[in-house]
Amino acid sequence: MATQSLQPPSAPKSAVSEVHILWITAGLSCDGDTISVTNAEQPSIEDVVMGAIPGLPKVHLHNPVLATEVGDEFMEFFYQAEKGQLDPFVLVVEGSIPNEGIKREGYWAALGTNPNTGQPITTCEWIDRLAPKAWGVIAAGTCATYGGIHAMAGNPTGCMGLANYLGKSWRSAAGLPVVNVPGCPVQPDNMMETVLYLLYQAAGLSPMIPLDEQLRPTWLFGKTVHEGCDRAGYYEQGDFAHEYGSPKCLVKIGCWGPVANCNVTKRGWMRGIGGCPNVGGICIACTMPGFPDKFMPFMDQPPGASLSSVIVVSYGSLIRSLRSITNASGNKEPRWRHRRPKLTTGYQPTSY
Amino acid sequence: MATATEPLTGTERKSRNLVEMNWDPITRIVGSLGIFTKIDFDNQEVAECYSTSSIFRGYSIFMQGKDPRDAPFITSRICGICGDNHATCAVYAQNMAFGCKTPELGEWIINLGEAAEYMFDHNLYQDNLVGVDFCEQMVKQTNPSVLNKAENTPAPNADKHGYKTIAAIMRSLNPFTGEYYREALQMSRLTREMFCLMEGRHVHPSTLYPGGVGTVPTIQVFTDYLVRLMKYIEYVKKAVPLHDDLFNFFYEALPGYERVGQRRILLGCWGSFNDPAACDYKYENMSNWGRAMYVTPSVIVDGKVVTNDLVDINLGMRILLGSSYYNDWENAGETFVKTDPLGNAIDKRHPWNQTTTPKPQKRDFKGKYTWVMSPRWFDKNTGDHLALDTGGGPIARLWATALNNLVDIGYIQATGQSVKINLPKTALLPETQFEWSIPQWSNAIERDRARTYFQAYAAAAALYFVEKALNAVRGGRTQTWSDFKVPDEAIGCGFHEAVRGVLSHHVVIRDRKIANYHPYPPTPWNASPRDIYGTPGPYEDAIQNTPLFEENGPENFKGIDIMRAVRSFDPCLPCGVHMYLGNGKVLRQEHSSMLGAHS
Repeated sequence: MATQSLQPPSAPKSAVSEVHILWITAGLSCDGDTISVTNAEQPSIEDVVMGAIPGLPKVHLHNPVLATEVGDEFMEFFYQAEKGQLDPFVLVVEGSIPNEGIKREGYWAALGTNPNTGQPITTCEWIDRLAPKAWGVIAAGTCATYGGIHAMAGNPTGCMGLANYLGKSWRSAAGLPVVNVPGCPVQPDNMMETVLYLLYQAAGLSPMIPLDEQLRPTWLFGKTVHEGCDRAGYYEQGDFAHEYGSPKCLVKIGCWGPVANCNVTKRGWMRGIGGCPNVGGICIACTMPGFPDKFMPFMDQPPGASLSSVIVVSYGSLIRSLRSITNASGNKEPRWRHRRPKLTTGYQPTSY
Repeated sequence: MATATEPLTGTERKSRNLVEMNWDPITRIVGSLGIFTKIDFDNQEVAECYSTSSIFRGYSIFMQGKDPRDAPFITSRICGICGDNHATCAVYAQNMAFGCKTPELGEWIINLGEAAEYMFDHNLYQDNLVGVDFCEQMVKQTNPSVLNKAENTPAPNADKHGYKTIAAIMRSLNPFTGEYYREALQMSRLTREMFCLMEGRHVHPSTLYPGGVGTVPTIQVFTDYLVRLMKYIEYVKKAVPLHDDLFNFFYEALPGYERVGQRRILLGCWGSFNDPAACDYKYENMSNWGRAMYVTPSVIVDGKVVTNDLVDINLGMRILLGSSYYNDWENAGETFVKTDPLGNAIDKRHPWNQTTTPKPQKRDFKGKYTWVMSPRWFDKNTGDHLALDTGGGPIARLWATALNNLVDIGYIQATGQSVKINLPKTALLPETQFEWSIPQWSNAIERDRARTYFQAYAAAAALYFVEKALNAVRGGRTQTWSDFKVPDEAIGCGFHEAVRGVLSHHVVIRDRKIANYHPYPPTPWNASPRDIYGTPGPYEDAIQNTPLFEENGPENFKGIDIMRAVRSFDPCLPCGVHMYLGNGKVLRQEHSSMLGAHS
């Protein structure tokens, strides 16, 4: 019957017919956030690309790990976006943003070759070309959001997060700040759920995405690991693990769950399976702006854990305020992550 | 002599009409890779190839001064698809340095996690990334006559996998719309659930530590793993015959296809899956516990095992420069390790003694053109610096295991010429045996075929490990982690197989901090550029002299045969490959001896 091709009258209608997602994995990355996204099911990448979610515009995904096209045919979409021919598009950036200004020549990270010079086009140049044209920009994973592991003390590239690179007051053409989805890597469904929210917003079906001060979706990162942890009962009883493999609370052997903003203990890693302290892995605070430096060495007891774990029961409000101090520190990026032309990570370059 | 890769064909004189064709980035791989070629369309072959990576991060630099216990957590972030292989290898290296040993059950848990990683990663790569090169949409664009033939070619194993013709298999591999493509994506998730049961999170595990794992070993966690494993085994019983049909068809439809991606047999495998009864992590005993691994380590040259001794393998490692953006350390850097614990001299170019000094600069294909260095294996018998490849992992693992004839765990039996994989009955399919036999060539098709067989191998190994783990739990042997003290000074090394092949971590500890750390994953071996002796890396070598079967001329050239050659290695820089064709600019015409490996 002809009616099979019609939208039911009650289905929401998108204000735009098509949206392109341009995904750059060429920050200083491991591509782990893209791989994570292939793991998502709420929604899955196929759900979004094949139109299995009502109300969404047609979505064209341009991600190097999944693309059919290769080389110039793949890059063509990026050139088109730069020329304003793919509007509206969402730019997703994966990987830390290196500081290309601290050296005389060459590149730390690049995507594609400049046809005029034969030299690689730096990832920073692509961000500069595309961010002003994008309807919205998502930083996927802790490297792109805050710098992450590659922005560790002593790093040679001077890398940083995308919001830091673009500037705190940066807004997209549609008035959105950078949307940060931290996690090392991103929890699969956290990422796809955020993409879905923004697609609904682009379609005119959602209001502005609610973000906290660190530009994270509030509904995903508003609680701590500890608040969602099924081992918190052991904590409450003062019953702590002293070795790995124990089912008890891990705060005395390195878990930062009480001060890390993350929902992994509630959500699990996939289909409710896996996670971190809930399955025996200390929380190393991999979603946090201060990751990794403020939480290393990971396997030591976090400062404050011995005090708070002794007085936990009777002084709940005191604990909350002490934790908020640690939480505030962990929510700040180290001072060496910046765009200035001098490297201040502690590494002393002799060759560039 | 220093160069070890010889051109496969002679040096006959040919008229060359070379067209420069570049693919940057190469997509459907992990990481940033560019392939720059000169193509001879008159003779339908690739004349020259350069492989370049466009990302530098600096792990070996920023890990200096950090706590060595953090190494598994940090190094996992090297790779976004096999990060856990790094975390595991870092655990192995720290165990050696700290003088501790993962308890039996912890070892089974790591083996189960790593087996799940192989099952997942090969699955996703084979059918969602590389499979696209063999799908109907692609073949229609590149070789319409081959697709026509496929439409009329019945699939010999149709009764096993359900697809009546080869073209039906190709259609099922079309991205997103293909049935098998989507099933593979689902299976890649099921296997990642198995992974998460053992190691907490994919891809950067949460529960691995030096000394073992934090996974809580319950009957439940292993049962949850086992039931998923049996579903995967049922799937593998279809996957292997399906891929055999597809790959055999290419040999039949395109005579000479065995030369695509072919290179001399120069394979490295560093061994996988420790046997807890044998492995004490002491360097002095490494030769023995290396041979006890459930995938046997080896260096294989021209089809023969040169060594299966991890100590020899370790001593032969050399990191060369030549075309990479770094300053040399030969006369500049510190010598951290003069001899190994057995008293063998350690070379200045060995990872223990490497000093990484990046020197960013313009890309110049006549000079320095990549961030990848050139790992080589020094064969003391011949004096060659061998540009070993891993063939993407599985072909080297199966080849080494088959030849050495050491693995016999019932579900898997090495025979000297083959590996037999015995899979039990599953819900709908009977008991099944697969036999992978040593192929005639190290080429693109055989690398891809081995990947599917290794999925079956990993599943069979996991069955063995899960039985061992359940027995340990039932027997009350539930310790998964053992304590240690970080020594003031120590050295350590770990050998493992990342999904794509050889993986080593070398650590030097001073004042309880990391003084030097150098991981060598498979891709530096495979994606390496021309070294100081002019020997090209394996991608370059395999693509050079690859014949072209694509039906498109220069104007619409997709480079599909080159893509199949490079993707057969499962590149993971993390990086990508792009095809930069432009409109086929003619570089030069010349009459000269064959531009080959030594040009």
